[in-house]
Amino acid sequence: MQIPTGYEAGVEGAVLKADVRELDFYYGAFHALKRVSMPIHDHMVTSLIGPSGCGKSTLLRCFNRMHDLYPGNRYAGGGIVLYPDNTNLLDPGVDPIEVRMRISMVFQKPNPFPKSIYENVAYSLRVRGMRNKNELDDRVESALKGAALWNEVSNRLKELGANLSGGQQQRLCIARALASDPEIILFDEPTSALDPIATASIEELIIELKEKVTILIVTHNMQQAARISDFTAYMYLGEMVEFGVTDQLFIKPQKKATEDYITGRFG
Amino acid sequence: MTASASLPTRLLPSASLGNGVSDRLRKKASRHVKERIIESLLFSAAAFSVFVTVAIVYVLVKESWVFFQVVPLSDFLFDTQWTPLFDDAHYGIMVLLSGTLTSSGVALLVAIPLGTIIAIYLSEFAGFKVREIAKPFLELLGGVPTIVYGYFALTFLTPILQKIYPDLPGFNLLSAGLVMGIMIIPYVASLSEDAMRAVPMALREGSYAMGATRLQTALWVVTPAATSGIASAYILGISRAVGETMILAVAAGMQPNLTFNPTEPGATITSYIVQVALGDLPHGSIGYQTIFAAGLTLLLMTLAFNLLGYWLRKRFREVY
Ligand SMILES: Nc1ncnc2c1ncn2[C@@H]1O[C@H](COP(=O)(O)OP(=O)(O)O)[C@@H](O)[C@H]1O
Ligand SMILES: [Mg+2]
Repeated sequence: MQIPTGYEAGVEGAVLKADVRELDFYYGAFHALKRVSMPIHDHMVTSLIGPSGCGKSTLLRCFNRMHDLYPGNRYAGGGIVLYPDNTNLLDPGVDPIEVRMRISMVFQKPNPFPKSIYENVAYSLRVRGMRNKNELDDRVESALKGAALWNEVSNRLKELGANLSGGQQQRLCIARALASDPEIILFDEPTSALDPIATASIEELIIELKEKVTILIVTHNMQQAARISDFTAYMYLGEMVEFGVTDQLFIKPQKKATEDYITGRFG
Repeated sequence: MTASASLPTRLLPSASLGNGVSDRLRKKASRHVKERIIESLLFSAAAFSVFVTVAIVYVLVKESWVFFQVVPLSDFLFDTQWTPLFDDAHYGIMVLLSGTLTSSGVALLVAIPLGTIIAIYLSEFAGFKVREIAKPFLELLGGVPTIVYGYFALTFLTPILQKIYPDLPGFNLLSAGLVMGIMIIPYVASLSEDAMRAVPMALREGSYAMGATRLQTALWVVTPAATSGIASAYILGISRAVGETMILAVAAGMQPNLTFNPTEPGATITSYIVQVALGDLPHGSIGYQTIFAAGLTLLLMTLAFNLLGYWLRKRFREVY
């Protein structure tokens, strides 16, 4: 796959973690992403906004090669370069499992496995072949602490993950994603199934997490994007309309289409 | 209506409107009657099946009662011989039970692992095309009359097994059990596959997103998530094995034999029942009554498995 070089939308002072370059993606015959380009900065929160169906999830799911699971999906041009390796994630020679080991994901609806709280978090370590009990214990504990869940569950690690409340389940899924120390975590509307209090705690957590990991989050909630992200990208109909520092994009968008969307005149 | 005559006229609806309303009401009422008829038909169908079940249990219990007036329950449970047709009659059900358990055990050793592997393959690995071709074949396998399986065991499998193990008698529980296992595979595979396919995609995606392989996802996430459905499939397989008659009657020899060694011939509860039912024992003789006691034993076993299945389904109810 030929990747265009020299994308220059990066922001000074910030280090690039990944770079989407003129990416085209198809669901069968449907052209879902059209020459999309955007930078992802290291240890920052980048959010993707735009009306429903514009391709936010599609773009997000390119980062961990989730599209590879279904027949008919096609990366058709361009790529996503991961730094510092400087390799294209979408290259057919790159093993999707390797990619997912480094780029983890949290879904829209909490989807804990039908296992205990402990085993849910240990899962991402077990798939990597970790068997040592002490090491697992330590990693599970620190992941649960990282997801601000340890205090609530430390005395019931053997209970089913599904017994937790919705917000706790989502934090369990965050702990599961954190346990393996990924470089990037992808969030696809992680609070859309949660009540306002649980939403606030997840937002707070995401802001804390950027100490450890780079975050890319899809949200249909502009206030959320404004509250938690450093950079924001606005997409429309499979195209990247505008990318910028969050404050600037919301206060002084460069494109008329972006302004219409964020002022609510559209979408 | 006479009551309406005394009402002030302004409260009476105009004639045409009144007809419209009552027409509609009548239509509604007739629909109601139709529904009532259908409802009662459905109810009688359900009631009929309950009635039949109760009647079967009643007959079994009543006839077994006659049997147990003559043969003490302790003999039935603990005697080690089953010779109801001899002068020196013994009625130890464990002789038949051993045949049933041995042949079922062999069958399940075949059907459960293979059925589960086929289910995992079809649900998690096979592409759309393979699945569309494989499933009808599997269903065909389940639709073959069991007498055909019986002759297959007797005339095809047993000679092959005798080449490997020359001492194997022509009638044996092993060959019957193996073929019975093949017969049960489709049930176990098909139901387990349904259970696995019902596991939401979101769980699989969660697993893949953590870097899991297909096999890890299938074994560590999908299979545990489908536990209750898979357990039901196993229970159905066990019930089929315990209740299977023709294969054993044809290939296992019908000689009552207290053994857990599958290379010996043996009779099972079911094959004994056909033997007596088709034989010329006078109705009402104690020898004839044995089949009711044996049938009741079979019913209780099946009931126990069903209860186990019910408990497992409750215990491992899928919470997605
Ligand atoms: N599996 C799929 N097959 C075909 N089209 C799809 C599929 N998933 C999404 N789409 C289409 O791709 C477009 C982008 O979808 P998506 O990325 O889910 O939007 P968003 O997350 O921004 O709401 C939509 O028009 C949607 O209908
Ligand atoms: Mg979406």
